[in-house]
Amino acid sequence: MASNSSSSAQQRLRIIAGHLQKRPEDENAGVAPQECKAEAPRSEPSSTTPVPRRRQEIMKWNGWGYSDSRFLFNKKGQAEFTGKRYRLSGLILPSLKDWFEGTFGANLKHRSPATPSLNLSAVAPPNLNQPFMEDLKAAGLSVSHDPEDRVFRAHGHCLHEVFALREGRIGRVPDMVIWPSCHNDVEKIVELACKHNVCLIPYGGGTSVSSALECPREETRSIVSLDTSQMNRILWIDEKNLTAHVEAGIIGQDLERQLNERGYCTGHEPDSMEFSSLGGWVATRASGMKKNIYGNIEDLVVHIKMVTPRGVIEKSCLGPRMSTGPDIHHFILGSEGTLGVVTEVTLKIRPVPEYQKYGSVVFPNFQQGVACLREVARQRCAPASIRLMDNEQFQFGHALKPQVSSMFTSFLDGLKKFYITKFKGFDPHHLCVATLLFEGDRGKVLQHEKQVYDIAAKFGGLAAGEDNGQRGYMLTFVIAYLRDLGMDYYVIGESFETSVPWDRILDLCRNVKERIVRECKERGVQFPPLSTCRVTQTYDAGACVYFYFAFNYRGLSDPVHIYEQVEHAAREEILANGGSLSHHHGVGKLRKEWMKESVSGVGLGVLKSVKEYVDPQNIFGNRNLL
Amino acid sequence: MEMESRALYSPRHPMLKKQDDFEDILEERRRSSDLRYALRCYTPTLYRGLVPCKASMLKSIVLQSDHLQYVIKQVSSESGDSSECVAEEASLILDEMAHRLQLSTIRFFAFTLSKAFKRLFRSVCVNEEGIQRLQQAVQEHPVVLLPSHRSYMDFLMMSYLLYTYDLPLPVIAAGMDFMSMKFVGEMLRMSGAFFIRRSFGGDKLYWAVFSEYVKTMLRNGYAPIEFFLEGTRSRTCKSLTPKTGLLNIVMEPFFKGELFDVNLVPVSISYERILEESLYARELLGIPKPKESTSGLLKARRVLSEDYGSMYVYFGHPVSVRSLAEGKINRSQYNLLPRYIPQKPSADTHEFLNDAAFRLVRIQEENMVLKPWVLIATLLLQNPDGLDLSSLAEQTDWLRHLALAFGAFLDWPDGEACSEVISCSLALHRHLLSVSAGHVQLSVTDAPQVETTPEEDVFHRAVVVLSCASYRNQILHVFLRPALLAVAMQSANSNRKDDVYNSFNFLRNMFSNEFILCPGDSFQDFEEACYLLMKRGVLQVLEHEIVMSASGHSTLAFLSSVLDPFLQGYQVVCRYLCEETNENLTEKEFIPAVRSFALKLILAGRLKCYEALSSDLQKNALAAFLRLKAVRKVKVGEQETLKVNKIAVNSLEDTLGGKIPTQKPILARL
Ligand SMILES: Cc1cc2nc3c(=O)[nH]c(=O)nc-3n(C[C@H](O)[C@H](O)[C@H](O)COP(=O)(O)OP(=O)(O)OC[C@H]3O[C@@H](n4cnc5c(N)ncnc54)[C@H](O)[C@@H]3O)c2cc1C
Repeated sequence: MASNSSSSAQQRLRIIAGHLQKRPEDENAGVAPQECKAEAPRSEPSSTTPVPRRRQEIMKWNGWGYSDSRFLFNKKGQAEFTGKRYRLSGLILPSLKDWFEGTFGANLKHRSPATPSLNLSAVAPPNLNQPFMEDLKAAGLSVSHDPEDRVFRAHGHCLHEVFALREGRIGRVPDMVIWPSCHNDVEKIVELACKHNVCLIPYGGGTSVSSALECPREETRSIVSLDTSQMNRILWIDEKNLTAHVEAGIIGQDLERQLNERGYCTGHEPDSMEFSSLGGWVATRASGMKKNIYGNIEDLVVHIKMVTPRGVIEKSCLGPRMSTGPDIHHFILGSEGTLGVVTEVTLKIRPVPEYQKYGSVVFPNFQQGVACLREVARQRCAPASIRLMDNEQFQFGHALKPQVSSMFTSFLDGLKKFYITKFKGFDPHHLCVATLLFEGDRGKVLQHEKQVYDIAAKFGGLAAGEDNGQRGYMLTFVIAYLRDLGMDYYVIGESFETSVPWDRILDLCRNVKERIVRECKERGVQFPPLSTCRVTQTYDAGACVYFYFAFNYRGLSDPVHIYEQVEHAAREEILANGGSLSHHHGVGKLRKEWMKESVSGVGLGVLKSVKEYVDPQNIFGNRNLL
Repeated sequence: MEMESRALYSPRHPMLKKQDDFEDILEERRRSSDLRYALRCYTPTLYRGLVPCKASMLKSIVLQSDHLQYVIKQVSSESGDSSECVAEEASLILDEMAHRLQLSTIRFFAFTLSKAFKRLFRSVCVNEEGIQRLQQAVQEHPVVLLPSHRSYMDFLMMSYLLYTYDLPLPVIAAGMDFMSMKFVGEMLRMSGAFFIRRSFGGDKLYWAVFSEYVKTMLRNGYAPIEFFLEGTRSRTCKSLTPKTGLLNIVMEPFFKGELFDVNLVPVSISYERILEESLYARELLGIPKPKESTSGLLKARRVLSEDYGSMYVYFGHPVSVRSLAEGKINRSQYNLLPRYIPQKPSADTHEFLNDAAFRLVRIQEENMVLKPWVLIATLLLQNPDGLDLSSLAEQTDWLRHLALAFGAFLDWPDGEACSEVISCSLALHRHLLSVSAGHVQLSVTDAPQVETTPEEDVFHRAVVVLSCASYRNQILHVFLRPALLAVAMQSANSNRKDDVYNSFNFLRNMFSNEFILCPGDSFQDFEEACYLLMKRGVLQVLEHEIVMSASGHSTLAFLSSVLDPFLQGYQVVCRYLCEETNENLTEKEFIPAVRSFALKLILAGRLKCYEALSSDLQKNALAAFLRLKAVRKVKVGEQETLKVNKIAVNSLEDTLGGKIPTQKPILARL
């Protein structure tokens, strides 16, 4: 499954392509030795696939991802994934139906389809600021007030946002969209916005899950969505210092692919990287799966340029670390579009690793798994990625096993096979699995792998093969597509995350999961919800925990409201158990109410006074965070 | 058996109708073999999160716990002893403390207690629904059993019942005094008791071992934890002011997120006749208590030949700590310190614990099954010269309706004539009474034939009065709030609502060591009292005034007399404090001194109230005066002495006697 092919042109990171992209090998039976590494090139020429201005041409207006890719239950009642883009594309998932019906008490006969197309008359006419429009025109900047364009940029991917779209309910949307193509354009736009007092909302990939992109209802000024997608060039690569200077609108997959072609990578791979943008990452303090090697976004940036109503904020040099008072980058990182537009970023880059290998370990129970991760972190030998799924998620992963694929040799079959010999004593209702991804030079990877498996063995962990590891990672990429499928059959759900000290992980996971179950019951949800978690990142002092929560809403009159109440309760539970308000999704408007409690009144005051200074007119009026 | 269902009488206590059917567990025992019962297959319902663990492993889990290790290091660095040495001490403490629950011992008790219970009691009645609820609760979350405490019998009975119903056997926090009875102590240990020293104030290590031991059992779902909120057996059958130490220990795992929830199950155990009845009365009168020795308990064999009527055990609704704490405890206060580092409860937490403890005791009170005798005892105490049987029947019937209207959980036999019920009750309690020529009165029945001194006579009579009072006390909680209002109406300046409220508040404050009055509830209590009396047609509550109805007199008079012994008793204590000249009065000397003061008054014919002799009342009065700062404790050298503010005490006395109306300044000072 791994190769050490040396040609750097062929060396492609297993980003999306790695996790998901359909490759010709998939059609052939038999496990190719190069599976993980030797990605076939995409069908499109890799360097020229910018996000189109009219995103709705290739992406869903009321759901996740590409229009051509979706899950559905075919006439035979079997789940399949359409399109050609992903590994799963065109494949049948025979066990998904049973899992789906069994887990949610759902029934394929009970459908809750979405409104097929956008009802343009539901979109309020734009509130345009004419003098501003004229000035823009004079400056040669292109804009749109087409309702489809505006609706597309009025939301992120929170459940309530997508649910409303599916029902054809359209709230406040931006009055127009503007596409700057470089830093100077942005400067001009911000200047004019200040002059004419219009509200600007930066828009990157639109993958926000914190209501950050929602237009504040109380905003009476004209709202302009500033779409950064056309600022998508790598401006230079400095091989001496291993840095790249990139425009902030570039989306993850393009950035990685283009760097790969030059033999480099950033290694920053949030699960949303197919669509999320560099500027979005900076604005939300994003975290990538492989942060153990490459760091989170705050570790990756060397220099940031941001246009604010006060002017441009940036540092004067590219020194790797400075002692110049509080780091101004930290006012920008996580500012969630409230202070200005990030236009250009200098990032650290690394040579593409020579070798990659997936792995997985089965533990008798979640406690043992957490103990193992803790030990791995203590010894500071975490692989590029290490994630521990609980039993429910392990079973979920199983439901996604495609019918015929060399890639997906059946774990369960295998499990059954050596249940008697190897996994004796493992209760299938308690066992859980850790997925691993190693990367580096071949010798070291193999050595590293051994070290980690040896630790795992001390906690009762047994190596369970590369396929299971890889399928685990795939799950995160298709989960957003799966949510749309659920919504076709009365199932709604979402994920949320936190970070927490090591010694509180088990308690927090148990309490939050139980709280969800209990809140659902109290609110009249008929069938027990799916309430599951995994540990997705490890740190010296704690870990990131990620929850999935979904339920069948048949019979409920206001399911989204119930969903929100339960999520609210779950967040309260997280905070009460020593978890943070957010590890990487950010605050947006969804979690604002807890900011003061999270950072203290003084802390919040500091942030407010920064906002006050930088943007006294509240031009960046998305009202996130504060 | 059909229980009277209770009316919803107050918005604060949305009382569920107690329609529970009671089951007499002795019925089955009288029909089938005790031996087979003791050897039956016992398969308790288990907690779903149970971490299986043997008693022996428990010890090492506790000793190895982060918490204990931390405290051991701390104690070692403070004392200079090596940490091995401190650890050794911890291990010894744990040995002294730990239970050694064995099913075989329980089986032994199942056998012997079956025999004993059948001789002692006519029936042992348990509410079945409560058992079902407990069965459910035990599976969901770790359970803490909180029985009321009136008798040594209580915890034997609890374990016996749980065994009977296939519920997990509890581990029980017991006072160390049992340990002096070598054999019995060990037997109890093997039936699940663990022993705590009575006082270990500043002993960090002891506290750490103790709290970690309890928490470990709770967290692992090892067994239900059982302890007595009241701390000790109530000698008066009034509920005692609850202690919060253990409550804090069992709640902390929830506060710190170690448990999703903990179910607290209040259990009300009531006795138609209390085994320790006269023992308690003697103890309250200062007739020294025999040390709890095995031989003493054996002497209690005499006890076995008597009829103690029925016993009732009511398992209340489980109270979720999580719901109790909702909105009151900010659990994130524990976020910034590693959880194994012991933390004193914050002021908020303290208040919460106290409040919760009071509420739980109130639930115990409300669920306590009352027998007709408590009504009769109340009337007999109010009529020291006795009553004609016909008049007793009439008044008992009247009182029964009043009690029911106030929500008493009264077990009045169905369809039996009042006179019949009364004569049964009198028969069961004949040792406290004399009945002749249709006249019944409290009287000394087992007076020694020898010549007695007047002092001895007083004490003999006092034993009877206090024994009888222990039955009246069982129903006090039902009358308490309306009675406080009745007295307040008499002593208030005017009929104005705020004046009456002030008086009410004064009394409530005065008696808050005497009765269970939830802190901070004075307004609700007042409203409740008004509501109940209004509903009875005793009062009219207008916008600004409270007016007695024409027909309300007898009820108000009855209610005031309910409190009369306490009012008088407290006044005696006041009088004593004002007249006492000893500048160096210590707390220890206080009780005997008040007792002989009261005795003198009684002998002189100036006091009729024998209850003033009760050390419990005297202790409570002192606690109240200390709280109200009318008396202060002052350290003189090694000794703590009581400094009396005679002016303040005097004015309290006057107010209690209804002499001068409660004035704002006094209230303000309170
Ligand atoms: C399926 C899925 C998986 C995800 N996985 C991860 C993950 O693994 N790790 C992670 O960290 N997050 C993850 N997220 C959350 C989301 O992808 C991140 O918050 C991401 O950083 C948002 O980037 P974006 O370009 O989509 O920003 P948008 O959603 O467009 O905007 C987010 C916020 O940033 C502001 N903003 C965007 N661009 C700029 C700019 N150039 N200058 C100033 N402000 C700007 C916007 O105003 C808005 O407030 C996931 C989301 C989804 C739906």
